[in-house]
Amino acid sequence: MKIHEYQGKEVFRRFGVPVPRGIPAFTVDEAVMAAQTLGGPVWVVKAQIHAGGRGKGGGVKLARSIDEVKQRASEILGMQLVTHQTGPGGQKVRRLLIEEGADIAKELYVGMVVDRATQRVTLMASSEGGMDIEEVAAHTPEKIHKVHIDPALGMTDHDADDIATKIGIPAASIPEARAVLQGLYKAFWETDASLAEINPLILTKSGRVIALDAKLNFDSNALFRHPDIVELRDLDEEDPAEVEASKFDLSYIQLDGNIGCLVNGAGLAMATMDTIKLFGGEPANFLDVGGGATAEKVTEAFKLMLRNPELKAILVNIFGGIMKCDTIAEGVVAASRAVHLKVPLVVRMKGTNEQLGKKILADSGLPIISADTMAEAAEKVVAAAKSR
Amino acid sequence: MSILINKNSRVITQGITGKTGQFHTRACREYANGKACFVAGVNPKKAGEDFEGVPIFASVKDAKAQTGANVSVIYVPPAGAADAIWEAVDADLDLVICITEGIPVRDMIVVRDKMRKHNKKTLLLGPNCPGTITPEEIKIGIMPGHIHRKGRIGVVSRSGTLTYEAVAQLTDLGLGQSSAVGIGGDPVNGLKHIDILKLFNDDPDTDAVVMIGEIGGTDEEIAAEWAKKHMKKPVVGFIAGVTAPPGKRMGHAGAIISGGKGTAQEKLAVMEACGIRTTKNPSELGKLLKSVLK
Repeated sequence: MKIHEYQGKEVFRRFGVPVPRGIPAFTVDEAVMAAQTLGGPVWVVKAQIHAGGRGKGGGVKLARSIDEVKQRASEILGMQLVTHQTGPGGQKVRRLLIEEGADIAKELYVGMVVDRATQRVTLMASSEGGMDIEEVAAHTPEKIHKVHIDPALGMTDHDADDIATKIGIPAASIPEARAVLQGLYKAFWETDASLAEINPLILTKSGRVIALDAKLNFDSNALFRHPDIVELRDLDEEDPAEVEASKFDLSYIQLDGNIGCLVNGAGLAMATMDTIKLFGGEPANFLDVGGGATAEKVTEAFKLMLRNPELKAILVNIFGGIMKCDTIAEGVVAASRAVHLKVPLVVRMKGTNEQLGKKILADSGLPIISADTMAEAAEKVVAAAKSR
Repeated sequence: MSILINKNSRVITQGITGKTGQFHTRACREYANGKACFVAGVNPKKAGEDFEGVPIFASVKDAKAQTGANVSVIYVPPAGAADAIWEAVDADLDLVICITEGIPVRDMIVVRDKMRKHNKKTLLLGPNCPGTITPEEIKIGIMPGHIHRKGRIGVVSRSGTLTYEAVAQLTDLGLGQSSAVGIGGDPVNGLKHIDILKLFNDDPDTDAVVMIGEIGGTDEEIAAEWAKKHMKKPVVGFIAGVTAPPGKRMGHAGAIISGGKGTAQEKLAVMEACGIRTTKNPSELGKLLKSVLK
């Protein structure tokens, strides 16, 4: 789960990571009031969307007067902000963060992720702040410093100081940098974060170390123990189809193609998408119905796929293990009737009670195209989609 | 022979009193030697009771002491699953298989760290995995037993149903399996592709291996590099997720391309460079394996 920058900064504050003074605003009037409350002479008006690259896309602007705050806020609020992470359509800006200006002497980068190889939280830091860190990693990997943090010890003074020195924090500011890094780790660990990023972390002219940005993602498997974090969820920032899917315990991701697919199991679902592509089609979605695909779940899955105006055909690929093919077949038939399915439907079933399932489909009187293998199913669904 | 488990394994079910644990314990007992293999369940509140004749003990240690069990399988819900893993590891079982999906990553970091620091020999399979089966001997997990046949092909995969797909293709071609192992789809787990390849390499009854991976992480690359130097048997592979968009979690917690890393294309290229024949058509996995058999 993702949250906004201003919410991330609230979390940081709680863990002793210094951030600039700032106030979120949902309207231009609120933005003006926020600027007045903060006091001048310089403010930053920052678009709050869940994607990165906001500055480059024109979503972060400096203002040197209250009038300018008003002007910038009205420009940014409501705009479709396009960044390298939003896709070409961009994301509508509904929230702003109004912040005091900072006197930046140096921009640095710090980030934390779970490293799968060492199975530890890993701190990555670089003197090259403010830039796209993937670019830094690709071109000058020696400028990225890493520490794998021992979960029993946490972020030690030694490691924090060492990293701070390596990224160019002067000796006088090391204690402050240590507090930032240790606070960041504590925030990461205690909130069950999956990613934390401060880009840039700044050194001010007076030697202070401040998080000018805050990006926090959380492990969705751990949200059950963080009701306070769950409250920060902003559904406006999420794909409505994915939100709808999660209500029915379906794992759904919208893609650019026109062939819908409904599969049990994440690996098989990806393999099905890949096979569609291999036979010259484009998958419209990833959809894993999970272990218990009832008629209700299949119906909801069909409805979700049919919301996509590009949809030309549907492929159902089920490997019956725990889930029996006849149960699935009944679900598919009921769902097709419930949604008055108009697009071609190809069904491939394999495994437990396969023959029973195939018979139910054949006897249903519905124009369901049957296939024995994944490849045959893909070939048939691609042909069906192309003929429309 | 086989890897990890055989008809002499003695199994404890942790979470035997839950619906999932009962459903699968029943199915596992019905498979091959299951009745003899599944010897105990654990639930501190129901010690002394039994589930369809399987005695329930207060702890894994008790269950091990009373029955001589050496393996456990975990169906405990996510919030308590990491503790259940540690309980089994602390009892020094040979193997712990964690089926549970949805365990917080932090809990897994803690338990894996403890396993290393206490220098425990217990192997962990999973979490978020279908388990493992040695066909016609024993099945521990949630896979459909009837699609498997006893034979000489090893299967290792991060996914459940995609493993069944590969197994069914092999069986249809008359190629039985020595063992089929699901290592699970979580980012922080126990046994990885490389560990299973090593076991298959040393197993005199395995002739070749199907290795199935998916986007995210670098486990497949690490296994491929090892195989290039040490593997004495042919390996064929498939990676799911060529069409997966970056930055999106594709069902499994670990199936995500992040920072441009962990793409299917990258993994396929490394595997091919290391001598592992791959296919982009998952329906051809069985045929591909057959083509590399001597």
